[in-house]
Amino acid sequence: MRSCARRCKGTSHMLELKSERLPLLAERAEQAISICGKSLIADSTGAVYWPAEAALLVADLHLEKASAQAQAGTFLPPYDTRETLIRLAAVIDRYQPRRVIALGDSFHDQGAARRIGADDRERLEILQEDREWIWLSGNHDGRVAREFGGRVGEEIKLAGITLRHEPACGSATHEIAGHMHPAAKLSLYGTSIRRPCFVGNGRRIIMPAFGAFTGGLNVLDDAFLPLFGNGGMAVWMLGQEGIYAVATRLLCRD
Amino acid sequence: MRCQAKAPSTAAQPVHAAAASRLPPPFLDWFNRRGWQPRAHQLGLLANVARRRSTLLIAPTGAGKTLAGFLPSLVALMDRARPESGNFIHTLYVSPLKALTSDIARNLMAPLSEMDLPITVETRTGDTPIARKQRQRRRPPDLLLTTPEQIALLLSHAETSRIFAKLETVIIDEIHALMPSKRGDLLALDLARLASIAPGQVRIGLSATVARASELRAYLVPQTETQVTRLADLLTAPDGAAHDISMLETDAALPWAGHTTRYAAADILRAIGAHRLSLLFVNTRSQAELLFQELWRLNDDNLPIALHHGSLDVARRRKVEAAMAAGSLRAVVSTSTLDLGVDWGEVDLVINVGAPKGASRLLQRVGRANHRLEETSRALLVPSNRFEVLECRAAIEAAAAGAHDATAHRTGALDVLAQHLWGMACSGPISPDSLYREVLSAQPYASLTRQRFDRVLDFVATGGYALRAYERFARLRQAGAGRLRLAHPRLAQHYRMNVGTIVEAPLVKVRLAGRRGKRRPGIGPLTGGRLLGEVEEYFIEQLQIGDTFALGGEVVRFEGLQDTDAFVTRTSDPDPMIPSYAGGKFPLSTPLANRVRSLLAEPGRWRQLPQAVRDWLLRQQEVSALPAANEVLVESFARARRHYLVAYPFEGRLAHQTLGMLLTRRLDRLGAKPLGFVASDYALAIWSLGDVADLQRRGRLDLAVLFAEDMLGDDLEAWLAESNLMRRTFRINATIAGLIERRHGGRVKSGRQLTISADLIYDVLRKHDPRHILLEAAWEDAATGLLDIRRLGEFLRRIKGRIRYKALDHVSPLAVPVLLQIGQELVNAKGVAESILREAADALVREAMQGD
Repeated sequence: MRSCARRCKGTSHMLELKSERLPLLAERAEQAISICGKSLIADSTGAVYWPAEAALLVADLHLEKASAQAQAGTFLPPYDTRETLIRLAAVIDRYQPRRVIALGDSFHDQGAARRIGADDRERLEILQEDREWIWLSGNHDGRVAREFGGRVGEEIKLAGITLRHEPACGSATHEIAGHMHPAAKLSLYGTSIRRPCFVGNGRRIIMPAFGAFTGGLNVLDDAFLPLFGNGGMAVWMLGQEGIYAVATRLLCRD
Repeated sequence: MRCQAKAPSTAAQPVHAAAASRLPPPFLDWFNRRGWQPRAHQLGLLANVARRRSTLLIAPTGAGKTLAGFLPSLVALMDRARPESGNFIHTLYVSPLKALTSDIARNLMAPLSEMDLPITVETRTGDTPIARKQRQRRRPPDLLLTTPEQIALLLSHAETSRIFAKLETVIIDEIHALMPSKRGDLLALDLARLASIAPGQVRIGLSATVARASELRAYLVPQTETQVTRLADLLTAPDGAAHDISMLETDAALPWAGHTTRYAAADILRAIGAHRLSLLFVNTRSQAELLFQELWRLNDDNLPIALHHGSLDVARRRKVEAAMAAGSLRAVVSTSTLDLGVDWGEVDLVINVGAPKGASRLLQRVGRANHRLEETSRALLVPSNRFEVLECRAAIEAAAAGAHDATAHRTGALDVLAQHLWGMACSGPISPDSLYREVLSAQPYASLTRQRFDRVLDFVATGGYALRAYERFARLRQAGAGRLRLAHPRLAQHYRMNVGTIVEAPLVKVRLAGRRGKRRPGIGPLTGGRLLGEVEEYFIEQLQIGDTFALGGEVVRFEGLQDTDAFVTRTSDPDPMIPSYAGGKFPLSTPLANRVRSLLAEPGRWRQLPQAVRDWLLRQQEVSALPAANEVLVESFARARRHYLVAYPFEGRLAHQTLGMLLTRRLDRLGAKPLGFVASDYALAIWSLGDVADLQRRGRLDLAVLFAEDMLGDDLEAWLAESNLMRRTFRINATIAGLIERRHGGRVKSGRQLTISADLIYDVLRKHDPRHILLEAAWEDAATGLLDIRRLGEFLRRIKGRIRYKALDHVSPLAVPVLLQIGQELVNAKGVAESILREAADALVREAMQGD
């Protein structure tokens, strides 16, 4: 699996062609992000690495989403699980975490365990070797994660920070959550771009969806209002080559 | 139907009494009562249909073409005592425009009621109420006027093949516009099925003049599996009176570049003042808006001038049309929405603003003036810059020579085929063998291999992925005897929700908001307001609240977006901040480009050009060169520490853009450090840090190698894979083929988390299943459409050994227009996105550092 992850990195043409961007890449590929005094690293893939706990956090993998759609008659390419796991392998390779915590909706639906291909299951099992693996339950996957390796739980507390799928109501603190699929839209010089993003306020962080076939909800949507109130929020957008802190006043609605 | 307005009041061609006697007395009386005479081609078509011969009728605008098309059916329906009436469709009329369909139905009612013919006529479009649509499937009218999509929908119902069982005639209007498109592919497949249901039907194609009629003729009749292409009969109505086409004479300075034609507004206004009713054609909606504003700025006499284009609300368009018919207008500024067949009263001058881009296009537009064929149509061409002067001159010569552009040859699109196969499965169990034969009988698919057919069918059944993951969810299941049936009835519902081939950019309604300045931007409900029109979603997406843009001839301020409506307020700003939104853009046609090249190559013909343009060309000859008609000129020079390479292929913007992408890749490999390029319809300029002239002197770079045809191989593929264009193309393919669902009624907010963008699918597919049939379809579409690879290939072959190279010290006169375009276009969209993100991040850093 490791070698596979490296191969994927090597095929990223952008890096090979544009050597002048390499220094920038190192500078931008990860950003420090803090929550209640703990320093974490937000990665441009949408994962969070927590050095003090040697933990890698990912949210909303939505494995087997394509096959769920196929069941309903829309034949999306059946490669989303493979793609998501390859990306996950790459980021695990990069940080070498002792534990991986998936913040819910790791599987698109209850039937995912039945539909997942043997090779994808094996990919996942290789990733789970030699490290602690924790599946938190989401609204989509319920208890399906029990059919895979690793522990299953509703939420977990790590150094005083609660990790859970759905953010608690109101302006909670000490929380890292997923579920919302935050995305941000930026419009400059007549071009607009919409990307998944981290959103936080120093007291809580909502992570972008990591899955290959996941959409995003604009952070300016009313759904985010109760979570961050009027205190403002900070946004880190995921680019192709890095992760970028962007002032919220520059963002626009869909 | 154009019978009333367009049928002439005098006998254009004497018609023998014997021929006319084919018309039954009620029709002769009707013609006589109006003081009309049936025309030779109208009677000719009548005779052909009587002999059951499918026929292509080519007739100029205003020749009573549509009446000719309907006449055989009207006569046949009158003749017969018909127990079928109410149970079967007798004649199917297909047009590319919904608007045209209802126009024709309205105009058909007049002769029917005047002759007291008991014939039922109905339209069926996307706007037809659902109850009527259902009733039509039980009790259809004699004449059904509809669109290709609606026929596909009808055919997807098992029981509706009954209403087509006695179909006698299919009339395809504006077939020259319909055939070379995906909708044409869809219609061809529909026709193939209709031929299986009602084998004896006659097809009538109605077309404007085209250069190669044989493709249209082949399209009209079922093809067989032999090598011989079958053709429909051809009937040609004589061309009308001569056209009087001239270029606008002006004392104003001719612009070097740009497309605003602002310089000519005063002269245009004078021309309007000197005529009863002028029709002004422009190429894009933004040009229409600009010109309209400019004219009104100068319009001291308050001449009634109106604006008409596809982005305006239907009600506003109808109002303009009515005012025009009533004769209360002096001029209408319009885009291509009016190119096709809609009727326009007494236009006595057509003004074509900007380059016509093609000879046929020009003639069709000119034909809008003076519907009486016998009178000269007067037209004025207004070039917007120097190169367009050459193009206008070439177009005038082409029109005088009666030259026409050929419709592009195309092979049927695979995504449309996928949609059709799914639709056929919805109508009942299908046998792949006989369905394959049926598809082959459609001319665009005549050379489809069985292997490709099977792959498309597999795509419909299981998605067609190399990883056979979806067999158990297959949409099509074995039904015995080698037949396949739909796995579940809901899949038919799914098909019907998504059928269609025009994947238009989703449109957003623009409404006038009630109050201004009371709300904080983006907060609180926006209410209102009068509908101003619709614009593409992507245009609205790039706006920030407070940005101003032009719509419907006024400058409006963007206030926010609520669901599918954009809200704006009026503003007194004279100039919009966001200059334009793209409308249709057509590249220069090949025959016209040839004429421009030969005009350049023959100084003897420059007498007809304005002095400024002549001087410009003479100066070019002096400091550089003008290419011979079969050559390409390439220049290099340095300017402001950049090195420029400028080529003049005259192959149209699309082909030039592709060429630019490929050349920059090659120059990059050769160490020339290219920085960017810009393409126009005429030329291509690449600028670089490396000195291209020096590289050549030192033998490091050979132009013949640089322009070698093999760039269409690996380079093309490597570039395409990353290009945004390909992504856009793929999105269209995926929607048509039914892989992603069409969005109904615009965006659904809460669904955003769940929707998957076509981009994600494209990336994953390209990585894990690069040979998938949909990627193949996207590649073919891009090659023939947006990339114009065929034309580029022809160009590269043509100029082999014919590159005329000039190493210059300074920019040449010919290069000025294209250099002026630099900065107007962005080169690499992906790089742009990244630098925007970077810049936004830097802005945050600056803000933090300055304590802002």
